[in-house]
Amino acid sequence: MSHPTYLLDRSRIEDSHTLKVAREKGAYAAFEAMLKAGQDPKDVTEVVKASGLRGRGGAGFPTGLKWSFMPDATKDDRPRYMAVNADESEPGTCKDRVLMREDPHGLLEGCLIAGYAMGLEAVYIYVRGEYRLPYKRMQDAIDEAREAGLIGEGILGTDFSLEIHMHQGAGAYICGEETGLMESLEGKRGHPRPKPPFPAGFGLWGMPTTVNNVESIFNVPFILERGASWFRGFGTEKSPGNFLCGISGHVAKPGVYEVPLGIPAREILEQYAGGVWKDRKLKGWFPGGSSTGIVPASVIDTPMDHDSIKGIGSMFGTGAMIMLDETACVVRASEVLARFYDHESCGQCSQCREGTQWLNQIFHRIENGAGTMADVELLESLSHGMTPGKTICALSDAAAIPTLAVIKHFRDEIVEHIEKGGCPFKASTGNAPAAAGTEVHA
Amino acid sequence: MALPENLVAEFDRMVQKYPQRRAALIPAIHRCQEELGGWVSPETMEALAEYFELEPIEVWGVVSFYPMFRTSKPGAHVVSVCHNISCDLRGAEDIITKVCEVTGAQVGGTSPDGKFTVERVECQGACANAPMFDLDGVYHEDLDDAKVEKILGDLS
Ligand SMILES: Cc1cc2nc3c(=O)[nH]c(=O)nc-3n(C[C@H](O)[C@H](O)[C@H](O)COP(=O)(O)O)c2cc1C
Ligand code: SF4
Ligand code: FES
Repeated sequence: MSHPTYLLDRSRIEDSHTLKVAREKGAYAAFEAMLKAGQDPKDVTEVVKASGLRGRGGAGFPTGLKWSFMPDATKDDRPRYMAVNADESEPGTCKDRVLMREDPHGLLEGCLIAGYAMGLEAVYIYVRGEYRLPYKRMQDAIDEAREAGLIGEGILGTDFSLEIHMHQGAGAYICGEETGLMESLEGKRGHPRPKPPFPAGFGLWGMPTTVNNVESIFNVPFILERGASWFRGFGTEKSPGNFLCGISGHVAKPGVYEVPLGIPAREILEQYAGGVWKDRKLKGWFPGGSSTGIVPASVIDTPMDHDSIKGIGSMFGTGAMIMLDETACVVRASEVLARFYDHESCGQCSQCREGTQWLNQIFHRIENGAGTMADVELLESLSHGMTPGKTICALSDAAAIPTLAVIKHFRDEIVEHIEKGGCPFKASTGNAPAAAGTEVHA
Repeated sequence: MALPENLVAEFDRMVQKYPQRRAALIPAIHRCQEELGGWVSPETMEALAEYFELEPIEVWGVVSFYPMFRTSKPGAHVVSVCHNISCDLRGAEDIITKVCEVTGAQVGGTSPDGKFTVERVECQGACANAPMFDLDGVYHEDLDDAKVEKILGDLS
């Protein structure tokens, strides 16, 4: 734990969610300095660009570059918006919740800076419906900040104005996909939109829109205050900064830890999460949420950054590590995830709608002793029909890629299920079988 | 059915946040579900359609799309147990079995005394505190059998 931190420093202080404490500890200082100095909005975007900050929502897209895609306000005077993606529904991912709950003013400050840089009319923070406490903390923070003249018309006596609104979703993974999110925010089903047109030209209500993850925006005030080169002092050249690593599954101390990008996965597992629980060995792990392919224990020394994780055939994703010990069953894990993607597919694309159903059924039957050798090939050919880039959005890929990964790294274990006519790990997990089917809600 | 006045007043404020009225539909459905018996009845959908100047079928299309909205009346308490990967790895299925035992409800159903509805849900974003359930809108985390008995036992 020797690595320097900045993201969670304020969160560790009592009542950090209140304006008084947050301000005492530096919240809004970067924004105020920028505003008072009348900094050129384009400069602000340039600083974010120079910092090399990459989106923390899953795709790792450079944040400053995304902001610069917004049309030039002198040529396009339509109102423009930002949606902050707080849908946080990728299994394993549980970090944005911590930021919103413990340091809501930090996120608001990031929104204000983004609003200034992009000349926004309003920011909508789209929070998954189940996050009631984070929503309340954010709403209370907005009310306090508005009262203090930090949000609304003529902020702090200047001519800069910005509205920030909370918006409550209603529990659908697909609403985390940026165009699904926009549809949902407009009060519709969360059906992703075909791209192009891209959100920067045609987003919320057809207006220029930027969608960024909570943690991405949360980094911005620190970058503005301390500078791009300070930020580059953390992490790697291509993936600078710290990130919040949610580590879950079979570890002694699951949690959300702030670590620099490029830290070896082993260090997170052993130094932060207390190692694999119950003195067991590691079998495999998902580097960055359920949509990133599982990798074997042998690559646990890989640095946690975008390029290195890509190098082992997976993805950095949301940086949420899910750890499986030697008693865990990878077929069962695949079944649980296939059931999830089947349930969450919005159904617009046949490859995804049908494909996720098939994957779910096949993993279920292999796990429960009814699989055949032909099923392994079927899983592969179905997955190749679902990825890459064959559908409107990447949910289809998110279901197919982990399927291909589990076959690549754990084919023997799948075959063992088929040959033995069932799960060889059932007795040792001490956990009832997973439920089949997709009609899981009352 | 007409929407209660307090809700209409709330919705009138909510729609101000957006350039288009319809954007407030999902938050409004939440408020109806919270205030009007824990579910969205056909009458509620009709009233919402009228308020938002939509066809009732459009409101139905939205209600039916989102897992958090209920189209049948639940028990007095709703227990939503996460069964996704991080929770599964730490015994979610056993928690579900325990929840059913303590409440007398089956998954997807309501206990005979009408007190509890139990359901499975996908990842709730509390994976580092697995296993977990949501009870009436409040998360309960790092569960084990004893905790489940205590939390639900205090209610029954
Ligand atoms: C199926 C699916 C679900 C997603 N869920 C989320 C989510 O819950 N939160 C999030 O920030 N991004 C999510 N994303 C990524 C968003 O589409 C988008 O890339 C991201 O919000 C952009 O923010 P960033 O550039 O700051 O990372 C999801 C993508 C897909 C395909
Ligand atoms: S890929 Fe799947 S989730 Fe995405 S739009 Fe197509 S059907 Fe919907
Ligand atoms: S898997 Fe259960 S809360 Fe994420």
